[in-house]
Amino acid sequence: MGFSPKPTDALKLNLELYRKLYLARQAEESIRAHYAENEMKTPMHMSMGEEAIAVGVVSVLGPDDQIFATYRSHAIYLARTEDSDDFFAEMYGKETARLKGKGGSMHMCDPERGFMGTSAIVASAIPVAVGAAFASRKQGNDTITVAFFGDGACDEGVFWESLNLACLMKLPVLFVCEDNGLAVHTPQSLRQGYRSIAAIVSKFNCQVLEETSTDAEVIYDLTRKAINLIKANRQPVFMHLQYYRYLEHVGVNEDFDAGYRSRKEFEEWRQVDPVNLQRKKLLGNGTSETEIAKIETKIDRQIENSLKKAKDAPFANDAELCRGVFS
Amino acid sequence: MTRNLSYREAINEALVQEMTRDESVFVYGIGVPDHKGIFGSTSGLAEHFGSDRCFDTPLAEDSLTGFGLGAALNGLRPIYVHMRADFLLLAVNQLANMVSSYTYASAGKLKVPLVIRAVIGRGWGQGFQHSKSMYSIYGHMPGLKVVLPATPYDAKGMLISAIRDDNPVIVMEHRLLYDVSGEVPEEPYTVPIGQAHTLRPGGDITVVAASWMSVEAIKAAEVLEKHGVSVEVIDPRSVSPFDSETIVASVKRTGRCIIADNDWLHCGFSAEVAAALAEHCPSELKSPVVRLGYAPAPCPCTRPLENRFYANAVDIIRAAEKMLGTNPLDLSGEEFYSYEHKFQGPF
Ligand SMILES: Cc1ncc(C[n+]2csc(CCOP(=O)(O)OP(=O)(O)O)c2C)c(N)n1
Ligand SMILES: [Mg+2]
Repeated sequence: MGFSPKPTDALKLNLELYRKLYLARQAEESIRAHYAENEMKTPMHMSMGEEAIAVGVVSVLGPDDQIFATYRSHAIYLARTEDSDDFFAEMYGKETARLKGKGGSMHMCDPERGFMGTSAIVASAIPVAVGAAFASRKQGNDTITVAFFGDGACDEGVFWESLNLACLMKLPVLFVCEDNGLAVHTPQSLRQGYRSIAAIVSKFNCQVLEETSTDAEVIYDLTRKAINLIKANRQPVFMHLQYYRYLEHVGVNEDFDAGYRSRKEFEEWRQVDPVNLQRKKLLGNGTSETEIAKIETKIDRQIENSLKKAKDAPFANDAELCRGVFS
Repeated sequence: MTRNLSYREAINEALVQEMTRDESVFVYGIGVPDHKGIFGSTSGLAEHFGSDRCFDTPLAEDSLTGFGLGAALNGLRPIYVHMRADFLLLAVNQLANMVSSYTYASAGKLKVPLVIRAVIGRGWGQGFQHSKSMYSIYGHMPGLKVVLPATPYDAKGMLISAIRDDNPVIVMEHRLLYDVSGEVPEEPYTVPIGQAHTLRPGGDITVVAASWMSVEAIKAAEVLEKHGVSVEVIDPRSVSPFDSETIVASVKRTGRCIIADNDWLHCGFSAEVAAALAEHCPSELKSPVVRLGYAPAPCPCTRPLENRFYANAVDIIRAAEKMLGTNPLDLSGEEFYSYEHKFQGPF
């Protein structure tokens, strides 16, 4: 149990990371291409830009580790499950999805694969992750619980209460702060009366790791280090990871004309786009263009197929509405 | 002079006029000064009045409610805005334990002229964390006023009343109403808090319907009228204080009542309305009161189930037919509100 060993073969790892990065990116590209058809009636908080974090962290986790996330979790969900059938069925709200469309884009949940659910009430899944870690330790499971959240979540009191609790109780929690500098359209400078979240958290009884890289392998290695620290020190780890949100807060479009941020900033981050970067790395590592194209074509087909199945599937019938309120 | 304004414009105009009239009024909350301006309702305020009087905040609903209380105790008139009523739930501690009892706890020496605006989500796959209203929990607490303006006229007049009120007032605005337009006077005016409004007179059945449900009820009344059924539609407008008199007087005449709510039924506002009828006119009721509202489940995302989750005009019509013992009408020629056509996605 615990987490999977790092593949000895660096190339193999990099191929795996690329496969997941490409899947997450293309799944969302395909949402963008089809959203205007008005069949995916669920507000989309897109992952584009954060794929390296999602894929890097998730790829280290073992099968029994648990993830708690937010309304912005397409990439995390796909990195964990690689199940585009279920993903698209849920986006289209169809009966064939595990949740039969009751959750939608904001509320994916697949506990059997350790994706324990999300919250669209900012920061409210963080304490739940702490409680899950408590259960894991109490039951003698050597597992890690990961809480993904944004920089906006750090504004909330419940974030600090949860961090304190986890540090106090020395719980195996990996806090992953995905910092895009924005809460909707509000920059950090208008929300946070301190200079560095990492500096403050480092005063707690936990380890803090920071990274600005968009290289999924760098995030992967950092996550391995984090999990080793959690296990060795019996303390939580707080990872502060920066990325740039490519699209509007909610919706599938760019919004650089809205005035609160500049396209120039985007262009700079685009230079180190996580998917391109990984692709270039593979080419540099001796993977041929044909081999990469083969992976890509396979994923493109997979997505196309999932999308078609989702479109063709039926909706759940009315009886489903009140089913499952209690266990 | 009156003009035709949308609900969002009516709110915006109330804010501009009150902020102009009274320097102590200020607006805060996540997104109030941004380019979307809470669905347009706060647009232009930051530009016009400056960032002291219209400002963005951290995500900190509990603290920012206490903050509003502190400012209000000292004579400012804060307006705290929540993009969704679901986020207001994070502030229930401040509301229940602090805001609602401060005047009482200071022997009336301290006033709390605090306004909280919260948008009831609904629609377009918002799911179970962006669709609640739950106004009954705020109405439950003595010391809080809770209003649900349903027309552009009331949106402006009740918001102005709320701002001028020396007590805390929660104004809940249904997202679908933002696109409704109607006649709104240009000059400032107030609509008293705590008075129900008869939107449509009728003699056979009373339908009590607040907020968005009043729009559905009027549609139902129009359809039923074509078939000889006369429906009186009453918009309670205010959960607290609650004007039971207008409703009771109507039901005494009609003898029948349907309560159509934007909430779950159990322990909800609809139960309060039904209780008023049981207390004040039990013998005038010709048939048992019927309540319509959310299905007893969290709100699902997928459209067909989401459509079944909410009560609508058709449900009101069917309930009326059952109550009157008439055959179900053929409704195939009727066009009802659906957010397919009232509220187009994607957004
Ligand atoms: C408690 C709460 N307050 C406000 C909101 C409205 N809201 C939704 S997302 C969001 C921004 C959150 O920013 P962050 O945590 O950085 O996540 P990001 O969207 O950047 O991924 C806000 C304010 C909410 N969903 N929940
Ligand atoms: Mg953010």
